[in-house]
Amino acid sequence: MSTLKGSGPQTFDGPTPDDALHEAAALQGRDTEPRHGKGKAAPMLAADGTPLKKSLRRALRAQKMRALLLIAPLLIFILVAFIAPIVDMLFRSVENEIVADTMPRTVVALRDYDADSGEVPGDAVFEAAYYDVFIAAERKLHTRLGTRLNYEQTGVSSLFRKSGRGLDDIGEVYQDQFKDLDGDWDKARPWAELMGDPEWIADQEAWDKDKDGSMPRFRLAEGISDLLPRTAEHYRIFARFAQVEEGDSPLKEEPWTAVHTALYQDLAEVDVSSYTGPGAERLKAADALVASPGFKTVNFKEAFAEIDRGWTEPAIWQTIRLYSPKYTSGYFLNAVDMEKTVDGIGMRDENERIYGLLFKRTMFMSLVITGSCILLGYPIAYLLSNLPVRTANLLMILVLLPFWTSLLVRTSAWKIMLQQQGVINDTLVWLGLVADDARLVMINNQLGTIIAMTHILLPFMILPMYSVMSTIPPYYVRAAKSLGATNWTTFWRVYFPQSVPGIGAGSILVFILAIGYYITPAIVGGTTGTFISNRIAYHISSSLNWGLAAALGTILLAAVLILYWAYDRIVGIDNVKLGG
Amino acid sequence: MDGQATSDAFVAFERVQKSYDGETLVVKDLNLSMPKGEFLTMLGPSGSGKTTCLMMLAGFETATYGEIKLDGVSINNIPPHKRGIGMVFQNYALFPHMTVAENLSFPLEVRKMGKSDREVKVKRALDMVQMGAFGGRRPSQLSGGQQQRIALARALVFEPELVLMDEPLGALDKQLREHMQFEITNLAHSLGITVVYVTHDQTEALTMSDRVAVFNDGRIQQLDPPDVLYEQPKNSFVAQFIGENNTLEGVITEIRDDACVVRLDDGQEIDAVPINVHKVGERTRVSIRPERVEFNKERLTEGAHTIKAEVLEFIYMGDIFRTRLRVAGNDSFVIKTRNAPDQVRLEPGSQIEIGWHPRDCRALDAD
Repeated sequence: MSTLKGSGPQTFDGPTPDDALHEAAALQGRDTEPRHGKGKAAPMLAADGTPLKKSLRRALRAQKMRALLLIAPLLIFILVAFIAPIVDMLFRSVENEIVADTMPRTVVALRDYDADSGEVPGDAVFEAAYYDVFIAAERKLHTRLGTRLNYEQTGVSSLFRKSGRGLDDIGEVYQDQFKDLDGDWDKARPWAELMGDPEWIADQEAWDKDKDGSMPRFRLAEGISDLLPRTAEHYRIFARFAQVEEGDSPLKEEPWTAVHTALYQDLAEVDVSSYTGPGAERLKAADALVASPGFKTVNFKEAFAEIDRGWTEPAIWQTIRLYSPKYTSGYFLNAVDMEKTVDGIGMRDENERIYGLLFKRTMFMSLVITGSCILLGYPIAYLLSNLPVRTANLLMILVLLPFWTSLLVRTSAWKIMLQQQGVINDTLVWLGLVADDARLVMINNQLGTIIAMTHILLPFMILPMYSVMSTIPPYYVRAAKSLGATNWTTFWRVYFPQSVPGIGAGSILVFILAIGYYITPAIVGGTTGTFISNRIAYHISSSLNWGLAAALGTILLAAVLILYWAYDRIVGIDNVKLGG
Repeated sequence: MDGQATSDAFVAFERVQKSYDGETLVVKDLNLSMPKGEFLTMLGPSGSGKTTCLMMLAGFETATYGEIKLDGVSINNIPPHKRGIGMVFQNYALFPHMTVAENLSFPLEVRKMGKSDREVKVKRALDMVQMGAFGGRRPSQLSGGQQQRIALARALVFEPELVLMDEPLGALDKQLREHMQFEITNLAHSLGITVVYVTHDQTEALTMSDRVAVFNDGRIQQLDPPDVLYEQPKNSFVAQFIGENNTLEGVITEIRDDACVVRLDDGQEIDAVPINVHKVGERTRVSIRPERVEFNKERLTEGAHTIKAEVLEFIYMGDIFRTRLRVAGNDSFVIKTRNAPDQVRLEPGSQIEIGWHPRDCRALDAD
């Protein structure tokens, strides 16, 4: 006789006296919980007069603190190693600060640019772009920006790489002319004296001598940024760059050519005759040179065109303008085979679509794998749960064996089994079931992925099924039979519905694992059997398009959560049991 | 042993044996027959083989040897679902994923009964156990007693002629259990069904049954109506197992057909009825019910032996007084007296003389 206790409906312990049956029936099990402090008007008071709730809270606080302390290591670990990376990933999928950070002037200048006009923007934009790309090139950031924008428009990467080198030519034109006028224009010290604060120069000199402590922060001379705004700004950028990035003293480093360009631009506009500071004579001479008809100037737009014709096409400017905001939906659009153009958001060309297909394939194959796991796992779980415990434990080792073998080994084993010169094909040919020249293709395609992943994920299906089935008391089956049900009816009407929670738990587990699986499809999937996760891995480690990888990952996460929600609505998540 | 298979037996066990491991027998040579409409209880300590017998009858266990017949037909090779026997399980075994009505409808569905017929029968069965309003509930929303009623209704809804009950009231509290005992017997008699009821609760067995089969060690020790079982136990085991019982050990000194004299271990002699003792000099265990012991000399039967006793303890139990005595070296000799106005309350420490009617004192086997 079965004496299972604490499982099933017989554990109900509501009121039992017979007279109270009908009253008791009106109560739901959960409604029998006592309710504290139900009166709003007068809260319950403890013996010392404090509100009972407060008193209770105080009494429980120490307990809660101790509990919190116990889980703290895990909590911190999860936060650092799991939650934080996920949040970071979600953030990366929309983050787009690189454009605004690397080309701040261009982004501002492009605000007035009418992207729909189909025309190249004005000189102001090119001037801003000159300084932005120049500084970015000195910082070696221009290639990163080029890579970023290349995701949106092919060819941008090489455009930026070329321009980083070519933009030096513009400044050199001015640098050469100023140098010919006075050699000091190409020397570090005179520049520093012209632009720098005398006190800073003294400090910097002292530091240069004994290299003690940190370098004194560069300060502009008083009034110089009013007189020569561009030159002052770019000299300051140069000086800080030399100090911070290179660790060099601005007193010993001649400025980069953008400063000369800025000086020309300033001198062309302002009057320096009233200036009396250091290098005043030199500055006035340079002013005179700039005003002379023989002074050679460079047009920014033409210079850019000379470096690469790409700059004279509106496309690049449209792209920069589209992606200038700090946050973008571009990665997500890309992840669903769409793109952002000046005409708005639209689908990509038919031959460029890939992710929709991959998502669909991932879903479909995960479903097939989950289905095969149910079909293969159910009978085993049933057998295990109906065998004597000792035999069941022995067989359970066989189920768990794959867990103790490396995933890579198992997947590689399937490669050996399934390939065209592999064990299965050889056997079939030997048996004469398959012709030698028509060996079955079972690997590097969807079939291979499904077979290998079903095998690998099977324990995740069997274990929850087994633990649910072993809690189904045998007397239900006996009851059904005593009521006249055949074996099949007993199974289908009585046993199976009670094992559904196990199927549910196993399916969720297997499906979620399958949908994000990476190693096995990568090894046995070939081109038609790869999953979206393989593409994500590609973007993480090869193309380095982390934003797109993050967007794809976010979509995958959302898909899983939506499925989970749908499952909860249809089956009910409290119907999912991993045991007991 | 009576109950040999007769032609009009509805249920019959013929020389049935059962072994699980091939080494020991849990049921040894069981013979039992019961007429239609009888309420028979299998009573015994756990491990006595009573549940195994029930399971063999239901078809969940197969007899190792012998035949089980239902209405004259051997059912040894009929699978449980074709036997048409209703069964109430210890844990009710109501299907948790079905409502009460679906649970009741299940045996009718598998019998391919039409929907309207099913509804009528389910309703009638629910009304029968006064649970008509609970059809839409899930079993987990019912109390233990309610589940019990539903389990009963489900076992009866397809109108079986034989219903088996495996300790169906074991999980209920005392009050509810007594109420349900009454309801089950009433139902069984009014429907005229045959019931085989398994329990280890002797009060339940005595109050509910037409006949009780006392099981021990894989055998039926005695099969009789409750009053016979209680008043005329056939061996020491039955005497001990059913009701409260005083035993005294001694040796037979005289024996006739209907009476014998037993010399107790301390030398005193008493009269007894020989039940399964046969010759002078044989050791015996004498059994006397506590309520049949008399200490008021005026009420003792003329000529009966009396023996000395020392009062050890007096317990007031409301309706009765329970007095523990030392009799012939036995410290746990108990007498029960009705709480009446003129009843004497014995003082611990006092010496008294006790006696009884010889027919209430049964000389049984000594083991």
